[in-house]
Amino acid sequence: MPEGTPRPFERQIHPGSGRRKALKTPKGRQLDPQAQADIEGLLGDRPRRPDLLIEHLHLIQDSFGHLSARHLRALADEMKMPMAAVYEVASFYAHFDIVLEGEAPPPPLTIRVCESLTCEMMGAQDLLRALPAEVGAKVRVLGAPCMGRCACAPVAEVGHRHVDNATVESLVAAAAGDHHAVIPDYTDFEAYQGAGGYTLLRACLAGERTPEELITALSDASLRGLGGAGFPTGKKWQIVRGFPGPRLMSINGDEGEPGTFKDRHYLESDPHRFLEGTLIAAWAVGCERCYVYIRDEYPAVREILKQEIARLDAAGLTKHCPLELRRGAGAYICGEESAMLESIEGKRGLPRHRPPYIAEVGLFGRPTLNQNVETMFWVRDIVEQGAGWFASHGRNGGKGLRSYSVSGRVKSPGVKLAPAGISVQELIDEFCDGMAEGHSFRAYLPGGASGGILPASMGDLPLEFGALDKFGCFVGSHAVVILSDKDDLKAAALNLMKFFEDESCGQCTPCRNGTEKAVQLMSRKTWDKPLLEELSQVMRDASICGLGQAAPNPLLSIFKYFPEELK
Amino acid sequence: MTAMTSAPKKEVVRFSLDGQDVEALPGETIWQAASRYGTKIPHLCYAPEPGYRADGNCRACMVEIEGERVLAASCIREPRDGMVVKSASERAEKARSMVFELLVADQPKRETSHDPESKFWHWASDIGVDTSRFPARETWAPDVSHTAMSVNLDACINCNLCVRACREVQVNDVIGMAYRGHGAKVIFDFDDPMGESTCVACGECVQACPTGALMEANLLDAKGKRVEYADRTVDSVCPYCGVGCQTTVHVKDDKILYIDGRDGPANQNRLCVKGRFGWDYIYSPHRLTKPLIRRDDAPKRWDDQVDSMNPWTHFREATWEEALERAAGGLKKVYEENGPKGLAGFGSAKGSNEEAYLFQKLIRTAFHTNNVDHCTRLCHASSVAALMEGIGSGAVTAPFTAAKDSDCMIIIGARPGQNHPVAATFLKNAAKRGAKIIVMDPRGQQMDRYAYKHLMFKPGRDVALLNAMIHTIIEEGLTDEQYIQAHTSGYEDLKTMVKDFSPEAMESVCGIDAATIRDVARTYARSERSIIFWGMGISQHVHGTDNSRCLIALTMITGQIGRPGTGLHPLRGQNNVQGASDAGLIPMVYPDYKSVELEEVRQHYEKFWGTNLDPKRGLTVVEIVDAIIAGQIKGMYVMGENPAMSDPDQAHARQALAKLECLVVQDIFLTETAWHADVVLPSSAHAEKWGSFTNTNREVQIGRPVAPPPGEARQDWELIQELAVRLGLDWTYKHPKDVFTEMTEVMPSLKNITWDRLVREDSVTYPVDGPDVPGNEILFAEGFPTPDGRAKIVPASLVPPAEIPDEDYPLVLTTGRMLEHWHTGAMTRRATVLDNLEPEAVASLNPRQLRTLGLEPGDMVKVATRRGEIALNVRSDRDVPEGMVFIPFCFNEAAANMLTNPQLDPFGKIPEFKFCACKVEPLKAAAAAE
Repeated sequence: MPEGTPRPFERQIHPGSGRRKALKTPKGRQLDPQAQADIEGLLGDRPRRPDLLIEHLHLIQDSFGHLSARHLRALADEMKMPMAAVYEVASFYAHFDIVLEGEAPPPPLTIRVCESLTCEMMGAQDLLRALPAEVGAKVRVLGAPCMGRCACAPVAEVGHRHVDNATVESLVAAAAGDHHAVIPDYTDFEAYQGAGGYTLLRACLAGERTPEELITALSDASLRGLGGAGFPTGKKWQIVRGFPGPRLMSINGDEGEPGTFKDRHYLESDPHRFLEGTLIAAWAVGCERCYVYIRDEYPAVREILKQEIARLDAAGLTKHCPLELRRGAGAYICGEESAMLESIEGKRGLPRHRPPYIAEVGLFGRPTLNQNVETMFWVRDIVEQGAGWFASHGRNGGKGLRSYSVSGRVKSPGVKLAPAGISVQELIDEFCDGMAEGHSFRAYLPGGASGGILPASMGDLPLEFGALDKFGCFVGSHAVVILSDKDDLKAAALNLMKFFEDESCGQCTPCRNGTEKAVQLMSRKTWDKPLLEELSQVMRDASICGLGQAAPNPLLSIFKYFPEELK
Repeated sequence: MTAMTSAPKKEVVRFSLDGQDVEALPGETIWQAASRYGTKIPHLCYAPEPGYRADGNCRACMVEIEGERVLAASCIREPRDGMVVKSASERAEKARSMVFELLVADQPKRETSHDPESKFWHWASDIGVDTSRFPARETWAPDVSHTAMSVNLDACINCNLCVRACREVQVNDVIGMAYRGHGAKVIFDFDDPMGESTCVACGECVQACPTGALMEANLLDAKGKRVEYADRTVDSVCPYCGVGCQTTVHVKDDKILYIDGRDGPANQNRLCVKGRFGWDYIYSPHRLTKPLIRRDDAPKRWDDQVDSMNPWTHFREATWEEALERAAGGLKKVYEENGPKGLAGFGSAKGSNEEAYLFQKLIRTAFHTNNVDHCTRLCHASSVAALMEGIGSGAVTAPFTAAKDSDCMIIIGARPGQNHPVAATFLKNAAKRGAKIIVMDPRGQQMDRYAYKHLMFKPGRDVALLNAMIHTIIEEGLTDEQYIQAHTSGYEDLKTMVKDFSPEAMESVCGIDAATIRDVARTYARSERSIIFWGMGISQHVHGTDNSRCLIALTMITGQIGRPGTGLHPLRGQNNVQGASDAGLIPMVYPDYKSVELEEVRQHYEKFWGTNLDPKRGLTVVEIVDAIIAGQIKGMYVMGENPAMSDPDQAHARQALAKLECLVVQDIFLTETAWHADVVLPSSAHAEKWGSFTNTNREVQIGRPVAPPPGEARQDWELIQELAVRLGLDWTYKHPKDVFTEMTEVMPSLKNITWDRLVREDSVTYPVDGPDVPGNEILFAEGFPTPDGRAKIVPASLVPPAEIPDEDYPLVLTTGRMLEHWHTGAMTRRATVLDNLEPEAVASLNPRQLRTLGLEPGDMVKVATRRGEIALNVRSDRDVPEGMVFIPFCFNEAAANMLTNPQLDPFGKIPEFKFCACKVEPLKAAAAAE
């Protein structure tokens, strides 16, 4: 046997350098048991599917006022997701407040002041300057993009309560009051059904109608996608139906294009006309589930839809296609249809490459029918009143009815249901009671932030899909912003470019870097026209989606139609 | 045209590229087709490498397609028939150069950039954009928190390659792209410093990054600028685990500068932290550079310790001549006095096939004994025993890359995320594709996140769990009767045996509820293609062979073998444990598993080697140690093994080593085993030698020398030959290839593989049917190499662990590896990055267990078993269940194997490393006193 006695605890010679100490835990941020209990309690028996990530983040944000690192860590664990996947989504959307260890949580109340063009023209910056001192440290004041209430500019959101025609005084008062959304009066299920609603849907479900005849009706009526692209609706239904199931449907209720508020108008007044159209579309195209994506800026709409969808479920009208309400979280890009699908899947809203088109490979990889809210709003009326009724409207070569969201320097802004193809001058004169007092018509945005800027001298062009292409502009979602002799056009263009800079998803170089460089160049006193034009060209040619491709439109409009501004 | 566009997708697409009619292969993008035709289109976010999806975000590869409103990213766009593509139109080139100009604006200038030779700068200068007219933006501060990698996001172009590297290729899931717009930023976890994140330092992101924003830290100066460039590269293979990753070693002045993954069949360019960053052990000052002979005044003690930097307390330098004479003379003396029984040899699974073959040949022909073994005994011996018995072959039936075709993968008793990290990436890829992973492991682990089900069953209760699954499959009629009839024997016995093993009866035994057991049994049986991966958690038990028998039975009754995506895969732990076993470094068998006890086999080898051979099987690793203690074995030759650390009950093992009359140790370091040596022969590291190595997938791969051995250190094969000659053998090998050629003459498994073929192809899977066809990855489509051609199903009954926790020793101790340290730590603890990442011994316990014991994370404790005690810090780790302590066996300052139980599995002779009873006591006072 060996000699000597064992020397177990003496310093052992080992090959390590001994320079460092071992970690007390495995690598990285550890799970906090209390946070784990919080999250388990909060999620309850909700599914842990990754597509629900944004919904779950809302739950935490709503419950705790922010997203703490410990809760995010616990959520990642609970959902079996990488921490980075949770963080990249949480940090992508403007309405989530991430608070890391050692950082102060935001104050309990946030006031968001809309900085988009119309509100900016109506004094948003004055509010942003004055407000912090008035509301104190317990209230956070942030600038925010369009809230879809441009007819009542300037607008702010106090908690979830919107304040129209906001003043410092009204906002201070609102901060001291109730912060829940105000639910407007609207036609509810009983009232809608009482007036003949859902007769058509029931007839469809009972087999009394055929998908083909509906598609024919929509095509004959020339109904087009009213989210901005104007794709013929009947044709879209036909295409999606042609792809092998299972098929899905999505509703784009992410009405974020600055100046646009028509979808909110319809959802807050007559939601069932939209819901019936949606359920009919799902039936006709054979979609087995429909996701209704509503922007976070529309809390009242969400509340209305939540209640009314529950009633539809109870009435057995959604069996062929359950409706699932999804909540945006503050990202304009999610109005881009493929980005919205990504968001519904619980991810960052990065637009997808095409092809494949979402009609073939859409939500969760399935053929997907995606429709704008207003488009679905018209389905019932067109089928019931006949294609001819809808198609009989129109002016200057346009066909059908359009809901123009008019804001800016007119006397009576608002949603104007007008004939397709109407000119801006006709719109101002016939639907808006003319220009606002003391303002003379100088320029207009025919299609929100991305549709370019046209001079008053071109105020007789038809505001219709395709009609403005040759002028480098488009009507898109029919958001018409009227500018007057009192408005600074360069400042307006810069405001719009800043909006795109803020809302660029960051995926592709031309848009991510292009919007940022454009803002820097446009913030200079003198604009470098050749360089900005070159930049615009690469943004148009090489951006992945419409945001980057259209972002230079206002800038190019200034060069083209308002050369005097550059002098 | 109409007819052509409606043609099936699988067909070649004809389109026009810059006026030339070209063809795209099915699924090819415009970029790929263009590249095949020699048209160079710039690309940054696109990496034409396996596993990398095109993302189309950088827009550096825009081309013009006739009739389309905007340009298209050629990397992601597939052409269509008749498409007219212009890659060099003015519009396309303008857009591409503007993209570069936008990116250059935010970069450091090339001269001062982190990597002036990055792909980004090469493309930028190719298209002539190295300055920008655009104003720069604010940028990010450098992150130097990680020991191996530097993060300089001022060079980042948001191309997302690192995110795909981390999330989609390696699926380590640390990197993300957070925030948005121009604020979008590459982040680690929650935008944490890389070094404080969950980063496992696989370095895939570094290899993928086209700008130098992520780079090996050792290439940069203090300002973060790259100053180190390689002057040549060497294609080789990783020295660590059994995955067998191919590498490209970047060398400067004959020293390794950095290592990239190469597109080998087992790794497809991927590496883990050990393979990529764990190479500088070969430059450790601890390297042996001269032969050592034990000092006459240094008597052997079992608890001897020798400082690698000062071995002169126990050893003196010697010339090669003297050392070799002393070594051979010492062994010869033992032989003369004791005969063959007095000698034994431990070869190594780290060495090459050629070294393993020579080593066993030396022991068998010079000493006429079969007492030759290696650490397979401590790893998969029981698996091999069960596999040999069941299917007549000890190797995997399918490579781990079969995961790509699999629908269901059981991972039991294996932690591939830590121990086979690159293999794990392929399993995670499969899970992301939708395959179901079922993890069975008493400890939680990285793979759980990707698992369909994760069964944390009671340690040591494998048979209960597996038999309950078998019971379910039989009871519910989920068996493949046709397969059983055609290809197996013993099914009826199995049926009888598992009758009493209903999930309901077993749930309290194994700790998994019956419904879950039934669910995973159904999932495995019903899936079109199921495969089983296992590791030491199965094999290192006294019932290790039984555990493997259950896995074989599961496979056989469901016919989940012999087809793509199916099979049995014991994940081999060492780079050449498969090859060393194949080469006969096993006491029962000659090369290719030919039994030493079969007369005709022995005669064949006697003729082939020209000498008489021992007709009896030899002793195994642990038996050899016992035989030394018993006074039977008195001399040993140990090459590249470290039984002083790797054997169970270390005090016992080291008492044995210290008792030897003659111990010759051949190694690159003065290992714990070498502390007891009479003669130490300095040899060559993996990166210093030619050799073939066989990975877990049966892929024989070539390793090439990168640098010469230090000082007077010599090639291992030469040293074996030097001893052989001095022991009277007439060996005249000139190069490892001579040895390989001899092996092919006697090993049918190597048929159609030549050294030249290995050098030419880098990797050949065996068995292979011809000199110019690929090897067979999937085996046993048509029966088995057993006497009757059938797989033998052997039922297993419940055998409890040998040492159950009790009042005195209430906890279960389990041992294993950790990601950064490999085996006994001899190499990895001397690798700077790995040492920095895991610098000292830790015992991992559940946080709740720590609270029960009144301990804080980081506290010093004493862990004791009936065999010994060690002192180390505790780590709080939720993956360890309550009632358990996990200690990696790589730390000699607190050697886990001081504690382990040397009880053996009766068939595989493998010790029960995975289960013994222990206790944990606070040692605060002792820690403070120090």
